[in-house]
Amino acid sequence: MIRWLLLRCLQAAVTLLLVAILLFCLMRLAPGDPLSRVSGEQQLTPGALAHLREQYGLDQPIARQLAVWLAGVVRGDLGTSIEYGRPVTSLIADRLPATLLLGGTALLINFTLGLWLGAVQAVRRGAPVDRWLTAASLAGYATPSFWLGLVLAGLVAVRWRLLPAAGMQNPLLPSDAGPWVRGLDIADHLVLPAATLVIVSIASTMRYQRRAMLEVLPLPYIVAARAKGLAEPVVVRRHAWRNALFPVLTLAGLWLPILATGSVFVESVFAWPGLGSLAAGAVGTRDYPLLMGTALLVSSLIVLGGLLTDVAYGVLDPRIRWA
Amino acid sequence: MGLTDLPGTLIAGVWRQPSGRAALVTLGLIVAVALAGPPFLPDPAAQPDVLGQASLPPGSGHLFGTDPLSRDVLSRVVGGARVSLAVAGLAVLVSVTIGAGVGLVAGYLGGTVDAVLMRLVDAALAIPRLFILLLLLAVWDRIPLGALILIMGTTGWFGTSRLVRGEVLRLKQEAFVTGAEALGAGRARVMFRHLFPNTLGPLLVAATLGVGDVILLEAGLSFLGLGIQPPRPSWGGMIFDAKAELLTAPWTSIFPGLAIAATVLAVNLLGDALSGALDPRQS
Repeated sequence: MIRWLLLRCLQAAVTLLLVAILLFCLMRLAPGDPLSRVSGEQQLTPGALAHLREQYGLDQPIARQLAVWLAGVVRGDLGTSIEYGRPVTSLIADRLPATLLLGGTALLINFTLGLWLGAVQAVRRGAPVDRWLTAASLAGYATPSFWLGLVLAGLVAVRWRLLPAAGMQNPLLPSDAGPWVRGLDIADHLVLPAATLVIVSIASTMRYQRRAMLEVLPLPYIVAARAKGLAEPVVVRRHAWRNALFPVLTLAGLWLPILATGSVFVESVFAWPGLGSLAAGAVGTRDYPLLMGTALLVSSLIVLGGLLTDVAYGVLDPRIRWA
Repeated sequence: MGLTDLPGTLIAGVWRQPSGRAALVTLGLIVAVALAGPPFLPDPAAQPDVLGQASLPPGSGHLFGTDPLSRDVLSRVVGGARVSLAVAGLAVLVSVTIGAGVGLVAGYLGGTVDAVLMRLVDAALAIPRLFILLLLLAVWDRIPLGALILIMGTTGWFGTSRLVRGEVLRLKQEAFVTGAEALGAGRARVMFRHLFPNTLGPLLVAATLGVGDVILLEAGLSFLGLGIQPPRPSWGGMIFDAKAELLTAPWTSIFPGLAIAATVLAVNLLGDALSGALDPRQS
């Protein structure tokens, strides 16, 4: 068990190292270097450009640049943002809580709602409820998140004035507002972006849950539970649902990339001050250190998420360890 | 099932499922309009009269209305369909080819080759595709269409290679493979003549679902200004341009949005129906 755990952790560490190398290669695949774009737009003198190159280490041989980047990553130093002139790590640290709040909320709703709806579908397999829920969730999955966000913001926030359309906090809130008022204000701002993320991502949760339930429902212990006279809701909730939950939860590795992608668009549309809008902004200003830093952080979270679900699964189900 | 009757069998299998039928009909309509529509429609880039014809509501001589630059929204949606479908189709062709190649090699050769390739794929899969694309696309001022297709294609094969490798590992021990090897068939022959045809089914499903992914990603990139470049019409670009008029002229962004959703939904349903047709025990 310990051996398996160590091996799995080592594997995750290797993946992370490769991710860091891949990101560096992606950046260097670009024609010219990251500063050529900036200099073209800002009319820098050749002297100033050479100075900037030196400052960012772009005058060094490639292998050395890679070594410097990797050494920095290990020390937790992701370089300096070209646009903000601040360390990338501190920019990311500023923005991370907002993204975790939005992504966490979306994931929580996705799970609770998706697991419930998927179970309903499995129990009523083939009935109109099942078919309509499938159609609705697939339609949500096919909808571009930025468009849905714009439509929701336009209707709910601008036309009906029910919720705020942008940002995370009301800047006009009195400075002596209590924590309750502030919390409610943030919750108000959270509704539309979180709803957008849930609508475009819930289909996979529902599908996996539906399939897992359909696999469990015909098993002998369900038949036995029914045979001993248990009420159908008890059979479904206590016996089937709990056992179907297990395989579904391990698919978290699938949702993290979807959420990361969705948050780039959703945060941009709703001006949510998180990592996604930071990355989208970094594209506009060609801020490579910032873009690489956010990509590295998001990928690390994904690797870590995969490791945690694997370990949880391995601890709970010994068969996995030997597979 | 032989290779020659595979297309017929698959189409029949898809048609037997109601969702597959709906997907085929919808996609057929979209493709037909995209291919045959433009000669009957105004030029999507033409701005006949910026003042008098701008932001006209649907009807009024323009079925989907006009945008703030007086361009016909219907012809722009149809033009966007052409570009979107072409980019998605070609990009998926590229990614499926690379993915199948890598999967075959890794699965069949095994050992160090497999270990190295799969560790790399693990790492590539950990970076969300959008972030890879953002890094690659940020350097371009105006990206040429061919480069966009190539970049979309070369960033989409990681999952496919895993899938094909899995199939190959499963098939490797079967009699038709060991038989071919015993008869002296070389590695390349075993991989491409014996193993590859047997991975076509799952590969086709993955490719179909991949088309939906690329359409959504391309629309998102065009929305961020990194994808298809104006004046060439694109669904994502139309939605971005119409942002300010969302409430005053909703048709300028509703129609491209619906076009994306309808196309992607049809493609995904087709993928599901294909996988149902290949393996009737599912669903």
